Amino acid sequence: MSDQVAAFLEATVRTATPLALAALGESIAERSGVINVGLEGVIIAGCFGAVVGARQGSVAAGVVAGVAAGVAAALVFACFVVWLRTDQIITGTALTLGALGLTGMLYRAVFGTAGAALSIPTMRPLAVPVLSAIPVIGPALFQQAAVTYMLYAAAAGTWWFLARTHAGLALRAVGEYPEAAQAAGIRPARVQGWAVLTSGALAGLAGASLVLAQVGTFAEGMSAGRGFIAIAIVALGRWRPLGVSLAALLFGAATALQYLFQSTGTQLPYQLFLALPYVLTLMVLAASTSRGRAPAAMGRRDLGVW
Amino acid sequence: MTPPAPPRHGVAVHPAIVVVLFAAAIIALLAFVLAASGFEVAASLAALVRGAVGSPYAIFSATLVRATPLILTGLAVTLAFKGGILNIGAEGQLLTGAALASAVVLSLGPALGRGVLPIAMVAAALGGAACALIPAWLRQRFGVLEVISTIMMNFVALYGVGYLVRGPMQEPTRIYPQSSTFPDTTHLPLLLPGSRLHIGFAIAVVAAMLAWYLVRVTAAGFRLRVVGANPQAAASAAQLDVDAVRLRVFLLSGALAGVAGGVEVTGVTFALYENLSPGYGYTAIAVALLAGLHPGFVLASGIFLGALQAGAAAMQREAGVPLALVGVVEALIILAIVGGRALIDRRAPRAAEVGT
Repeated sequence: MSDQVAAFLEATVRTATPLALAALGESIAERSGVINVGLEGVIIAGCFGAVVGARQGSVAAGVVAGVAAGVAAALVFACFVVWLRTDQIITGTALTLGALGLTGMLYRAVFGTAGAALSIPTMRPLAVPVLSAIPVIGPALFQQAAVTYMLYAAAAGTWWFLARTHAGLALRAVGEYPEAAQAAGIRPARVQGWAVLTSGALAGLAGASLVLAQVGTFAEGMSAGRGFIAIAIVALGRWRPLGVSLAALLFGAATALQYLFQSTGTQLPYQLFLALPYVLTLMVLAASTSRGRAPAAMGRRDLGVW
Repeated sequence: MTPPAPPRHGVAVHPAIVVVLFAAAIIALLAFVLAASGFEVAASLAALVRGAVGSPYAIFSATLVRATPLILTGLAVTLAFKGGILNIGAEGQLLTGAALASAVVLSLGPALGRGVLPIAMVAAALGGAACALIPAWLRQRFGVLEVISTIMMNFVALYGVGYLVRGPMQEPTRIYPQSSTFPDTTHLPLLLPGSRLHIGFAIAVVAAMLAWYLVRVTAAGFRLRVVGANPQAAASAAQLDVDAVRLRVFLLSGALAGVAGGVEVTGVTFALYENLSPGYGYTAIAVALLAGLHPGFVLASGIFLGALQAGAAAMQREAGVPLALVGVVEALIILAIVGGRALIDRRAPRAAEVGT
């Protein structure tokens, strides 16, 4: 039984990693006043980039290419939303649609239809000395792929940036009251541009972790709604790095339940477990949206110039 | 609210030029994507045109058959967007409608024959509306962003159908993940004998006319437009019950998408299975935006994107180009429209926009 609990916790952290990375990035963008509903598209771009990079022979190349692909997708979004000031939600929807199509198409074109058998180097779990020896939670938290440790660093870094730096203060000011920020000499659109690109890098890393630390290959539409789930996680985590990370763990647990129930041989239909994270998202949004307060300027299109 | 940013003189161009430039850009990008993926550009585009409009078969049995669910879901998205509701859930509503219509046809069809079809369509509409009711309620009661909740419902509906076709509704041999095939006597009648075009297309055309009439002429349509354009003014100046109008629009939108599912199972697939929609509900967003949220123009944009899908299918058969290209082109169309409009708006800023 304790083996099953340990495996469940390990799977929880592993499946939460891409969700937490993407949600952290999205929280940065939303704190600056931009909601990127195209996060799903950025993640799938990261997945594809990671596969292309990893085919060059190393996991590191996969990570770099995944992040680069995420930034490229976010750049498209930023051009429309920050520069042209198009509607954020419709633009994000188009980005998702386009990225899902483009990656599926390029994948077939580059790797052919026998893609399922594609073999790439993957990340192995690295045990952190001492910490991984803590009973129960030790292996779950400190015997993970390297990308999970990147997540810890990213969460801490995001908190430090938003709460303790001038640039972080400027970013939050833009998301709450862009006119005041502009009066203080901050250029709102430029801040938002950098915020969107940063969120693209993290979502690209999320895609890379999905490919390199979980699935081990690429499949069309493999992001499977994680981008949208990450947006819900941001709301549940109240736009704060620690809250977002904990909320991601809850969703990791919902997904990991599948493995737990499979191993116990339940008779319940497996579609029930597949649908669980999405149902959970709906319930969590209902519970959290009415209480948490979103950045005041989120979604606004009428802010100033570069 | 602050005054709008002053117009930039550097981008002051005529709207028609913007449209032409974007059309050219789309074709150039399409050619670029094809070339970058290593396909023969001219041969691929020729296959696209042949598959869409190259023969009577292509027009009536491919393009218009695919246009039918696109028009219906496109109308669903159009009405929702016009009412200020970003319903991205037409896909899930279509699947729910398809599932309910299938259940009705399979249980009552053998006894009633074609008489079951009206009942199936009502069931499909109710199914779609029920699928829209959850996000509508979540928005009204808890302020949940309907973009996310409707997408979550899409996944729930997809797994729900996946469960049905492997569980209670699976065909008797229990080999394939699909329902039994519908009896011949319960298929939608053909509109054009000798083709695959069923009267679902006529239903879609009538629905577009009715939606046009609803939005343009009736008081309910006026309320819908007012609530969509400016909810604050609708509540204060026009004394409208904004929540009630939104709920009705959301349910009507879901019902239309549900009918698309009912028409698809009784007119095209004749069975329920998971992949019966190649993303019609998502393409519907492009249909609606391309039509400028005008129910009449949805007919034209639905047929255009139906032609694109039919052509893409031919491009896959003849030139090996993956169908996923359709999603890319649709995204480019949406981006071209919102981008082009943003450029025009810089010249003449307007307050009321979709989704703001």
